Amino acid sequence: MNREHPLVSWLHGMVSVLLPVVLALAVGAILLLALGKDPLAYYGYVVKRGLLSPTGLEASLTRTAPLLLIAAGLIVAFRSGLWNLGVDGQLLLAAVVTAALAPELASGLPSVMVVAVCFAVAMAVGAAWSLIPALLKAQFGVNEIISTLMMSFLGVSLANVLIKIPFNDPQTTVPQTATLAVEDRLSRLADTTIHWGVLLALAVVVAVHHAMTMTALGMRLQIVGANMKTAVHAGLRLRLLVVVAFAISAGLAGLAGAVDVLGVHGTIRADWNPAYGIVVIPLVFLARFNGYAVIAFVFVFAVLVIGGESAARRLDVPTYFVLVLVGLVMLFLAVTEFLDHRRRLTAKD
Amino acid sequence: MEPDPVGAPDGDAALAFHDITKRFPGVLANDRVSLVFRRGEIHALLGENGAGKSTLIGIVSGMVRPDSGSIEVAGRPVRITSPSAALRLGIGTVYQHVLLVPSLSVLENLMLGSPWWRTLDRAATSERFAKLAELLSVRVSPDAPVGRLSLGEQQQVEIMRALWHGELVLFLDEPTSMLTLQGVDDLGVVMRRLRDHGVAIVFITHKLKEASDLADRISVLRQGRVVGEVTPAELKTMSQDAIIERVVAMMFGHGGKAGDLRATLVGDATEPQSRQHASAGVEPLLVLHGGHTAGERGECALDGADLKVRPGEIMGIAGVDGNGQKHLAEVLAGQRMMTSGSISLAGREIGHLGVAGRRRLGVRYITDERLGEGTAPRHSLAINLVIKEIGSPQFWKGGITLWRRINDHARHMIGTYGIVAPSEQAPLAGLSGGNIQKVLLAREWTGDARLLVVAKPTYGLDLQNTRRARDWIKSIGGNAETAIVVISNELEELIDVSHRIAVMERGRIAGIVKNRPGARTAIGRLMAGVEAA
Repeated sequence: MNREHPLVSWLHGMVSVLLPVVLALAVGAILLLALGKDPLAYYGYVVKRGLLSPTGLEASLTRTAPLLLIAAGLIVAFRSGLWNLGVDGQLLLAAVVTAALAPELASGLPSVMVVAVCFAVAMAVGAAWSLIPALLKAQFGVNEIISTLMMSFLGVSLANVLIKIPFNDPQTTVPQTATLAVEDRLSRLADTTIHWGVLLALAVVVAVHHAMTMTALGMRLQIVGANMKTAVHAGLRLRLLVVVAFAISAGLAGLAGAVDVLGVHGTIRADWNPAYGIVVIPLVFLARFNGYAVIAFVFVFAVLVIGGESAARRLDVPTYFVLVLVGLVMLFLAVTEFLDHRRRLTAKD
Repeated sequence: MEPDPVGAPDGDAALAFHDITKRFPGVLANDRVSLVFRRGEIHALLGENGAGKSTLIGIVSGMVRPDSGSIEVAGRPVRITSPSAALRLGIGTVYQHVLLVPSLSVLENLMLGSPWWRTLDRAATSERFAKLAELLSVRVSPDAPVGRLSLGEQQQVEIMRALWHGELVLFLDEPTSMLTLQGVDDLGVVMRRLRDHGVAIVFITHKLKEASDLADRISVLRQGRVVGEVTPAELKTMSQDAIIERVVAMMFGHGGKAGDLRATLVGDATEPQSRQHASAGVEPLLVLHGGHTAGERGECALDGADLKVRPGEIMGIAGVDGNGQKHLAEVLAGQRMMTSGSISLAGREIGHLGVAGRRRLGVRYITDERLGEGTAPRHSLAINLVIKEIGSPQFWKGGITLWRRINDHARHMIGTYGIVAPSEQAPLAGLSGGNIQKVLLAREWTGDARLLVVAKPTYGLDLQNTRRARDWIKSIGGNAETAIVVISNELEELIDVSHRIAVMERGRIAGIVKNRPGARTAIGRLMAGVEAA
């Protein structure tokens, strides 16, 4: 067995992550050329507006908060071998409940308490929405990919019903929840527009990353993720662990919803669905479930989105083009992964 | 040893290898191998794990390309570029494990290789099936779903599949490893019929006795090279003992270990020695009474299993695979709950306890599914040594992992059990089978063990590791604190290690035999469903 030098394996890791990104940017450039747009101008705007201008950078950083919290939850779920693809439903339901609850609480409670209660309730709502897939998985082995996706559709629809009927603010013409006063929202950091939820999200990702490798619970979950039969053989309480992993994952998705509402929006309109989950899932895969890599990728993605929105307006490229780039990155990631795997196999034989 | 001339004078060579060399990184799997397989001859290939047998099979079945050397089929030089090319050349291979689709019928399985655009031509297929069935003298219904057939019958279907496109050469890779005694006899009949029909049969095995019983010619591989041959003339004139002596010498060189390994290899050439157990008459440590379980479809559940094992005793569980052994092991370990029945350890009822609770009381289970169940193969050796102790104060403090202690423990175990690994951080999957088995032994055999359940302790191991595992089991027997249950489908193994042997049949213990001269016959009778006298 020949072991690679740590530097070599580190370089190898960097290349296998950066190569797909570079290839995706290259193919993206070709697509832009085909649309008759200047790719250099597009990428230039993305960097300028998403990263180099102060307001753009602040917007990018603010955008990372919900994405990072979702990613933290997904790290727990994915490392436990549980494919929770229902984060959008979990997030939206928690966000709607938070949006309805916060203005009510704000009239009577100090704002610290409002935030604390909202966070707790949001996590509970998110976790509760994962309970059915979790129990189905734990008890009957029902494929959680299907059940969480279905629950997500239900969750999104239910959130809309909640906004339109019980939580509707009668003072507005468009169905939406009552608006939380700006002074009751999450406080800003110094003179920026960045709220402290961003710091919370960073701390949660780091905490989750280390909890998975440094604690007994983390090791139990990793064994569940390695092989459920092994977990049973080792005497782990498999059903409980499956429910716990789902609850953490969905709870953090719920927290992401609360942070986005309390930090940025203050209210939710009907039919609002940011669909963060669907973009965070590939990013977590791209980072290979590593918390620090997740932080880097989420930041890059946030820059792409914020810069891309600006570039889209100036160059008349659809905003969705950012998603095309992310899709290309995933595609090339899969291809390099496959080629790498084959290279290793032939090296082993 | 005079190598045989290529293309024998009578021109009957069906398949010939000339100087075949295949190199994998770090391993010379085949080193200038020259072999001739003749029509109408059963040619046994013997060799330890790693001797190069699997690579040869890979080459003839079109899965592996040799680096150099040439192959002739019926005198013509050929290149075998794919599995279907091998079949078209008339070279069929039957692998160690059945590769049929259980839900399809026998005929459908046989037609799987045909091109997708062709519809199933029932008439022609049935005709070919009838012809092969007659040739093999087997009675399998062509419309029966394969899943319903016994393992022996499934293997016959595999042989038909291998011969479907031609009857030139048939490779059998360890064909007896999963068969009952009766099944082995039946296979011998089929092999002889095919030989008399003119098929060149290549019979790959670990088991020397089977080779000397069945083969017309024996070739021995060691470290990728052909190191010797016993010719038909020699096989006819030499006594079985002399043949075995000679082949053992070829397989292991003339070093001292040959003698030690001989017993492991030859199996029933030796009579069981009385392994009477001192504490006969002592209260049993483990009592299983009326154990019932619910099985999935196709699984054999426990159906009223009774078992008592005394302290210090090694109880062997014999029986054909799929008679409830898996459920028995899981019920003892606490991985599977009984639907009814009771189980007690040292007088204490433990039926309600799960794996963790029983482990605290000293129940240990070494599973035969070492990678699929016993370990997390992609995780490190160090983690795998503690996965049954997660959260224990020895390695965790307030839920925080004490990695230094875990790694120290792993290094200690690597030293104690002689585990060969690059480091304690190496992923378990990279270890060899024998070393993975040592990891399991190290994890389960801790000081406070009261009941040790071992399933197929030597499954998939080569001879030296087999010997080591059996010696280890024997060495821990007689420990007055511990009852040991060894489950195996190799009778020789149980006769080697056990004090008493219970035979499992259809989810029950059909009978228990003391391990002493004559035990083999009694066990054979029990396995065949005849009540023991």
